[in-house]
Amino acid sequence: MDISVWFFISSGLFLGWSLGANNAVSLFGTAVTSKMIKFKKAAIIAGVFVVLGSFISGAGTTATLTNLGGINAIAGSFTVALAVAISITGMTRASLPVSTSQAVVGAIIGWNIFTGSPTDINSLTKIVSSWVVSPVIAGIFGFLIFKIVKNTVLKWKIHMLEIDSYTRTGLIIVGAMASYSMGANNIANVMGMFAPASPFNEIKILDYYSISGIQQLFLLGGLAIAVGIFTYGNKVMKTVGTDLYKISPITGFVIVLAGALVLWLFTSQSLEILLLENGLPSIPLVPLSATQSFIGAVIGVGLAKDPQSINFRVFGKIGIGWVVAPITAGILAYVLLFFVQNVFEQKVIQQVPYEISKSVIEQLEQDGIETEKISDLVNKRFLQNKIFRYELLKRYPYNTEQLYSIFHYAIIDSFKIDSMLVLKSLSDNLLAYDQIEEIKRLHGKSFSHKIDFETAVFYDKNQWELNGNLLRDKNISDKKILIQNIFRVTPLSKAK
Amino acid sequence: MFLKKTKKLETQIDEYLDLVIKGGLIFKLGIKCYLDNQIESFEDHLKDLRKVEETADDLRRNIEIKLYTRTLIPESRGDVLGLMESCDKVLNITAETLLEFSVEIPKLLPELKNDFLDIAESSISCLENTVSGIRAYFRNVDAVRDYVTKVQFYKKETNKTAERIKRTVFRTDNELSFKIHTRYFTFHIERIAEESEDVCDKLSIATIKRFE
Repeated sequence: MDISVWFFISSGLFLGWSLGANNAVSLFGTAVTSKMIKFKKAAIIAGVFVVLGSFISGAGTTATLTNLGGINAIAGSFTVALAVAISITGMTRASLPVSTSQAVVGAIIGWNIFTGSPTDINSLTKIVSSWVVSPVIAGIFGFLIFKIVKNTVLKWKIHMLEIDSYTRTGLIIVGAMASYSMGANNIANVMGMFAPASPFNEIKILDYYSISGIQQLFLLGGLAIAVGIFTYGNKVMKTVGTDLYKISPITGFVIVLAGALVLWLFTSQSLEILLLENGLPSIPLVPLSATQSFIGAVIGVGLAKDPQSINFRVFGKIGIGWVVAPITAGILAYVLLFFVQNVFEQKVIQQVPYEISKSVIEQLEQDGIETEKISDLVNKRFLQNKIFRYELLKRYPYNTEQLYSIFHYAIIDSFKIDSMLVLKSLSDNLLAYDQIEEIKRLHGKSFSHKIDFETAVFYDKNQWELNGNLLRDKNISDKKILIQNIFRVTPLSKAK
Repeated sequence: MFLKKTKKLETQIDEYLDLVIKGGLIFKLGIKCYLDNQIESFEDHLKDLRKVEETADDLRRNIEIKLYTRTLIPESRGDVLGLMESCDKVLNITAETLLEFSVEIPKLLPELKNDFLDIAESSISCLENTVSGIRAYFRNVDAVRDYVTKVQFYKKETNKTAERIKRTVFRTDNELSFKIHTRYFTFHIERIAEESEDVCDKLSIATIKRFE
């Protein structure tokens, strides 16, 4: 592996470090400032669980960020992470409670604009609405949990010293939960932009277990967060911990529990499946602002205690953060990308060819997207996103969503079907007998567009078409991605 | 398992509060014996009370050390220790007052005997309800208010009785020194109620802070 990779990843690691340093106060601030738990113990618990969370459950939120913008060149990832780190530092100095999650989204969009890549409006809407919803849910949780805890303590007449013991244990448990959820939810911010351009190869351990390149990235990012907690968490706790987090341990317990639950809701793939199994709408897996979730919980508990005691200006500050953080990071990313590309001559995007084939036109027509005006572009190959975008817009004023669809269908993505790979790569029972037979039938065929590959492989509508059953649809989509990855000749994720 | 040490400390706090109650009861008995002129029994009660006071002092220090060394109830321990120390002060006043009876052997008007029994009764009721309030502070915060109200009631009763004693004695033809001596002892017994009320004021604030 090229040594320069470490240089490029360093900006992500720095981001992780700063995330750890700033978020330690949310996880164990109350416990440590109230002297219920010693900092060292808190840091060890937080560090271990952040790493575990990142490594085990980081995939869900990363997928959402990757959909928003697949930064596929490591110098691009480096620059985006650097833009986030710089803008976060600046805004923290201006005492704005901004979050890494929000800056990351802005910076990725900055990359999209700079490289001419379209932004997935669906993912963006999902992410932005989650920022608004998450502190509200945390507030509701905080309110309810506080009421339950207070009533239980009053009803069961538990001795103050016993409550103290329970709270101490509770703070450790919810702190660990919150650390795990924070690691899983926020690792996407630290390493998500490196995921499509992951420089690591899979490591096999004793033939039974393997650690993928992305998992190695997550492990590294998790460790960076843990180092942030260890090295700087205490200092932040001492400065920040004395105002917002100077609350009684039992209230602190409620707040951390509420915040952790919210982070978990927006992170857990198991919960997503459980909801889908019961025919319920799933919660989007989105990287959130841990701090803002905790502030939401603080406000919820405040409402439960005394509604008049709440400083509603906090909402205003959070709202400003939602707008200012992404815009600042986006502009900065754009400027930095310009310098990195033109002054340092680094590749900030791995150019992928696009070509509008007949099947692409058919698919676009099916989606109700204007195709007549771009008919002259059929079978022309474009090697740069920007030019492709320019040519499209010159002919018809497509909106962002339509552009995203055209880019999505027109991307040249090579597939070659080798039926042996199906048997080798797929675990038992994943595909039905008929489905495997269908794939075998296509042995040796090649496709240059994903859409052609999909039409050939997933032609049986009974088996492959989405029908609105949320769980079935999710399973089918996952299977499709898996099959595409098996037959992809030069996976985009490995293009560097 | 992990509650074993906590339970032991809980028991110690309860034992301490029991000692304060016991001290109050001994004080009442001591005053009764003094008024009945049973000096020997009175002296025994004084001895008992001083012993109770010493034991309570040791126990309180022990509790304080445990609360600090184990960093227990970090947010409330200042309040808890403040309450226990104030309680200790009231217990000390009971012992001092009985000691002053023993040293100065004040002569009290026979017609004031019932008033003195009443003032001892009401001021010790203040102390007892304060202790109950502190117990409630640990376990049943909602009940604290009831005890605080009772303390305020008994404190007023004590003030009324004290005023009656003083009015009565200052309207007799006795020497001024005699009158002032009586007032002085009335004042000392009244102080038990006054100090108990101060403890209750602290208790009310500490209770509000419990769920902050």
